Formats: sequence, C-alpha cells, structure tokens
Amino acid sequence: MNLNAFIRPAIIMAAFAAGAALLLWFVYQHATPILAQHQQENLLAQLNTLVPSTVYDNDLAKDKITVNNKALNAKGDITIYRARHSAQPVASLLLVSAPNGYSGEIKLLVAVWADGSLAGVRVLAHKETPGLGDYIEEKRSPWVHQFDGKSLNAPTIERWKVKKDGGAFTYNTGATITPRAIVGTVAKTLSWVQAQGQRIYAASDNIQGAQP
Amino acid sequence: MNERMTGYRKIFMDGIWHNNHALVALLGLCPLLAVSNNVVNALGLGIATTFVLAMSNVSISLIRTWITAEIRIPVYVTVIAAQVTAVDVVMEVMMPSLHAILGIFIPLIVTNCIILARAEGYASKNTVDKALLDGLSIGLGFSLALIFLGGMRELLGNGTLFAQANMLFGSMADNWTLHVFEMDYGVLLAILPPGAFIGLGLMIAGVNMIKARQKKKQTVSIAITDIGLAAK
Repeated sequence: MNLNAFIRPAIIMAAFAAGAALLLWFVYQHATPILAQHQQENLLAQLNTLVPSTVYDNDLAKDKITVNNKALNAKGDITIYRARHSAQPVASLLLVSAPNGYSGEIKLLVAVWADGSLAGVRVLAHKETPGLGDYIEEKRSPWVHQFDGKSLNAPTIERWKVKKDGGAFTYNTGATITPRAIVGTVAKTLSWVQAQGQRIYAASDNIQGAQP
Repeated sequence: MNERMTGYRKIFMDGIWHNNHALVALLGLCPLLAVSNNVVNALGLGIATTFVLAMSNVSISLIRTWITAEIRIPVYVTVIAAQVTAVDVVMEVMMPSLHAILGIFIPLIVTNCIILARAEGYASKNTVDKALLDGLSIGLGFSLALIFLGGMRELLGNGTLFAQANMLFGSMADNWTLHVFEMDYGVLLAILPPGAFIGLGLMIAGVNMIKARQKKKQTVSIAITDIGLAAK
C-alpha cells in the first residue's frame, strides 16, 4: 500500500489552505481599522451634505441614539444623530426606512432642523426598478431636493402626498409607488420628531413611550 | 519567434471570437445577464472580470507543477477565492471610490464559472505568458459581449448610451451620456431581466449566423481550388 499517494496530496492541500488563511488573516488584520475609519468618514460626509459642518460643533457621528420605532422602521430600531452648537440643538438626522416601496424597503436619511423644517432627505439604499424608480437617488436626478426646507406647515399635512394623490410633491410618470412611499415616510418622520420635541436632543439612549 | 507570435494570435482570437465564453461556450451567464442593463455597469463588470481572470490564470499557471490531479479543483478554488477576497479588501483600503463602483461585482466574479473553467482547462496546462494572454483575451471577449448586450438594452430601454459614466470615470465623464433618441417610457422589457435573456439569445443567434456564413464561404473556396487543381 502506497501511503505516499494519500499523504502527499493531503499535505499540499493543507499547505494551500493554510497559506490562504494566513494571507486573509494578514490582509484583514491591516484593513479592519482603516475600513472602520473610512466608514466613519463616509457616514460623516453623508451627514454633512445635509447639515454642513459649519453649523454645529459637536462630534456628530458619535452623538447618536437608537430608538425602537416600528412606525419608522418595520424592523425596529432607528438611529438618530444629533447636531449641536454650543450645546444648543441644531438638527437631528434620522436613519429611517419606508417599508412600502415598489420592491420593498427604501432606506432614508432624513435631516430635520431644530425648528421642524427639513434640512433634506437622501435615499441610502433601495431596490426600485433601475431606470424607472431610481430617480429618487440624488446622483441620478434632483427629485429628492424638493424636500429641502419643507415642514409640516409648508405644505400642510394633508398635502404631504404626491401630486397624483392631490398632494404637493412631484413624481415621474410610470413610477408613483416609489415617491409615494418616500413622501409618506418623511411626513411620518417629521410628525414624530415634532411630537418628541426636545426629548430627541436630551435623551442619552432609548426614548421611552415614544410611539407616535 | 514567428511561430510563437502565431500562437499568441490564436490565443487572442480564440478568446475574443472563436471560443468567446459568453457567446460560444455559454459560460458565466449569471453575472452577464444580471449586470448588463446599461453600458457603464457592463464595462465595470467587464474590467473587474478581466482583471481577476488574468490574475487567477497567472497564479494557477505558476503553481501548476506542484498540484497533483486529485486535489486540483479544491486547490484552485482556495487559491482563487483567497486571492479575490484579498484584492477586494486591499482595493477597499487603497481605492475606496473605485471599490464603491466595482466592489459590488467582485462577489459576482468569484461565482463566475469562467474563472474556474480557464484555470482547469487552460492555465493548469500552459506556461505563465500564455495563461496571462488567455486570461486577458477571454476577459476581453466576455467584456465585449457584456458591453454589446448592455448597449442594446440601454438603448432600447432608455434611449441613451453611457448614462452615469461619471460613476465609473469621475466628473470628467459628466457629459458622456449620448441621448440617441428621446422617449418617455422606453421599452422597459429591455431593462428588466427578460430583456437580458432575449438580447443574449439574439446575440448568440447572430454569432452563429456569421460563423455559418464564414464556413460556407470556406467550403466554396476550397471546392473552387479543388476544381482548379483538377483542371490542371
């Protein structure tokens, strides 16, 4: 019986597996801290497109709370970043999700000034039809900019709908479900933020009894 | 030297035309169908696939003498997967903006059977220079098929070409979008998955037609020389 015929391939295979594991361990070891930093920078850059870094002086990316809110994210938790200047509230930025897009969940970043008006809205992730429903992305069309400066008073709450439904917000023909979902969720976010008032800025963690 | 050049030329032409892996061998169709909804996406997947294919072919060719036949497939899988994962991470660290665009294609590439097909069918039996050229040629042939299909679908679906090229080439490509014709709706079917299947089917039919015609011409010209020889 030739033992060599079994042992030699086994050794070679093990050597390659060990080499591959070593390579990946080495790469991850060096990459993880850099990637975490990139992620932090990207997040901050994204937040700063809505609330520029000149208007606040706190560490925005770290000043965050998570709140369990099934109305603004069917999966449970929403994250809120809070911008302050000289310890005074400036704006809150909420990561929420619209459950009723054409192809499921649409993840949104909604930035609300302390006076209740919108600093802006961005779509972070979605699965809408390419070429049809994806005009909600800021890099593809200016559609999402119509939220800038809007509040629950302007337009009034009953006009927080797409034009087809008698509201104030434009949409592209052929894809109405997508903007309808976003407008609805932004309106819900605004009224939730309004109902919370100063509690959003005061809370150090979970806001209790915060369902709208 | 000349002989070697004809060898290289044959590898190149095989990869691009005679043995085009998307249109003749019909391999790697999953990413091909999924990411060919416009030219820019197709170009992105094409570049990433060509790069990985060249890299995996070279490394398999380098280690081909150490590997015994019974463990070759697991070794190829290990080597290719580890390498691509490492490249993915290194790219994310060194070139985050490029990774943001091409990064989504990398998991698609690891599952692309063309990579393993070339490792097993070519790189494991040939020298490094030939394996490299083979990887580049097959990758280029795959990219051309992808871009053609992507162009066809984008043109029918949106009436444009090179839309959103700035996502791949930066702000210098802001004005690259060609509005070939204006339309409100476009043929949505072309952009949705069925459009990929129909488009690819038409392309394969087209390639088969051209090849059949070439063959016919060849047989006819051979026949004519035969007659000529007989007459002499």
